[in-house]
Amino acid sequence: MELLYSICVGVLVACGVFLILRARSFPIVLGLTMLSYAVNLFLFASGRLSINHAAILGTNEQYADPLPQALVLTAIVIGFAMTAFSVILSIRARADLGNDYVNSEQKPSARIGVKK
Amino acid sequence: MQHLVAFPVLFPLLSALLLLLPPCGKNMKIRRWASSLFALISFAISIVLLTNVLENGPATYAIGNWQAPFGIVLTADLLSLTLTSLASFLSFCCILYSSAGDDEKGNFFHPLVHFLLMGVSGAFLTGDIFNLFVFFEVLLIASYSLLMHAGDKRNTRAALHYVIINLVGSAIFLISLGTLYGVIGSLNMQDMAVRITQLSGDDIQIAKIGGSLILIVFALKAALLPLHLWLPNTYSTAMPVIAALFAIMTKVGIYSIMRVYNLLFAADSGPLAALGQDWLWYAALATIAVGTFGVLASQNMRKLIANLVVVSAGTLIALVSLQQAAATAAAIYYLIHSTLVCAALFLVIDLVSNQRGKLADRITTGRPVKQGLVLGFGFFIAALTVIGMPPLSGFVGKIWILKSTYELGEYQLFWPVYLVSSLLLLVAVTRAGSIVFWQNKQTEADKSEFKPAHISKLVSTYLLIAASPLLVIFAKPMTEFCQQAAMQLHNVSWMTQAAGGL
Repeated sequence: MELLYSICVGVLVACGVFLILRARSFPIVLGLTMLSYAVNLFLFASGRLSINHAAILGTNEQYADPLPQALVLTAIVIGFAMTAFSVILSIRARADLGNDYVNSEQKPSARIGVKK
Repeated sequence: MQHLVAFPVLFPLLSALLLLLPPCGKNMKIRRWASSLFALISFAISIVLLTNVLENGPATYAIGNWQAPFGIVLTADLLSLTLTSLASFLSFCCILYSSAGDDEKGNFFHPLVHFLLMGVSGAFLTGDIFNLFVFFEVLLIASYSLLMHAGDKRNTRAALHYVIINLVGSAIFLISLGTLYGVIGSLNMQDMAVRITQLSGDDIQIAKIGGSLILIVFALKAALLPLHLWLPNTYSTAMPVIAALFAIMTKVGIYSIMRVYNLLFAADSGPLAALGQDWLWYAALATIAVGTFGVLASQNMRKLIANLVVVSAGTLIALVSLQQAAATAAAIYYLIHSTLVCAALFLVIDLVSNQRGKLADRITTGRPVKQGLVLGFGFFIAALTVIGMPPLSGFVGKIWILKSTYELGEYQLFWPVYLVSSLLLLVAVTRAGSIVFWQNKQTEADKSEFKPAHISKLVSTYLLIAASPLLVIFAKPMTEFCQQAAMQLHNVSWMTQAAGGL
């Protein structure tokens, strides 16, 4: 389970970083979303992975650490707000600048020589 | 009285909400008065707390009476209260300045300033590292909106960069928190400081990774090379009054490094002692150098000041990375001085550029500044301060920094970098000032509209500038105060006791 879990987190981070480096605002928003999913999963795992353990004392023989769950909840809420803001900002940037390139007027793929 | 510790956080929240409600929400005049008043009250609260802590020693406050390490605590020592006072004073000046009309150029200026103040004060006061993250986000989302205030196209791109880099920073912050929590098992900073000494085996390596990540995040906020690239653009495209307000935000990063360095990576904290110290030291020196080149290369005044902010951040981090109370005391003095003077410069330059027509703040020969004497005098004082010429506060700070690094034996590299940088700053700033104020040519369009600077703008600018002579006149009590604050920061035993005798 740990292996599968860490591979998931790793793949999500890799996708997120790749998308952020695309230097176009909408892929970046998607990348940031993926990154925040990965972060949420990672935070959750910091309390160790366990099955059938309640997060409340006294309901079960064995219990899970409740703190990471509270942290994830906070991180989700904050991440959601930030994603909403970055979506709005990207739409505004698209309208103001006439394109969705983050760094310059030039198309990013033309600069680094990637095929369409 | 004990509940007062929470007020620097709660009061700005309350005032921001009140400013959205009917009497203040509709009527601009009432809103301005109320907003200034609230900022003054926040300042008063911080000062009252500060005098209280001076008399009775540092205080901790368990929110909801949930005891540490399980609950979230606020810790109020001299350093954090100095910084909250500084932040509320700065926001008072900026609110006063914006009341001359800048606040009407967009929506919700006043509530957002108070939310920003809440986030900043919270970050300074909190004793819980996850709570620090939450307050970072509070101040960031307020700053995102303020950055877009009265924005144009140029502004949008800078805001996009700023938002994206900070969102990535937040993700890294969370990863580092998860890593640290995974091995240490606590998020209360004092508790972490104790538990970190008990780590063994592979856990040490994992904790080092977490600690390095958290330093990267703070370095990003503090604008340390190579993570400083966002700062000049952001600060020079934001509205000047907002850039002035942002002068406190890099200081949040520096404060966090100070705090973390003295609790988690303190010299006696076992396996993680002085984590990344060399990196910070050399990166800070490089930041001073690169910031200085930025100042030299700046084509307009706002960018020049933004680069001065980078130089001051580099200086501060160099001092912090020495991890000695003597250097920290100098850093605290320099921090107060540099925040106020950079904010003052942003405001002065805004006043100047309003009177130069299309040239705005570009460093070129143009029409004369209308109120050359009033504004020129302000610029002169602020520029002397920021360069560190006698007899103003910059000079005291500079001498103190040189002295403390000499005594700590770290002068071989620091002195040349810092002194050459000061010389180059002197050249760049005097050149810029003399071109803007003295090299004039009369043109046809000159006779057109002339609006003298609004009185509240002048008052708020001079309030900030006046801090510099005051810091010199009261240099002795200030010096003793900074030393006391630094001692308190370095001597963490009171904190661990406060965390429940762990």
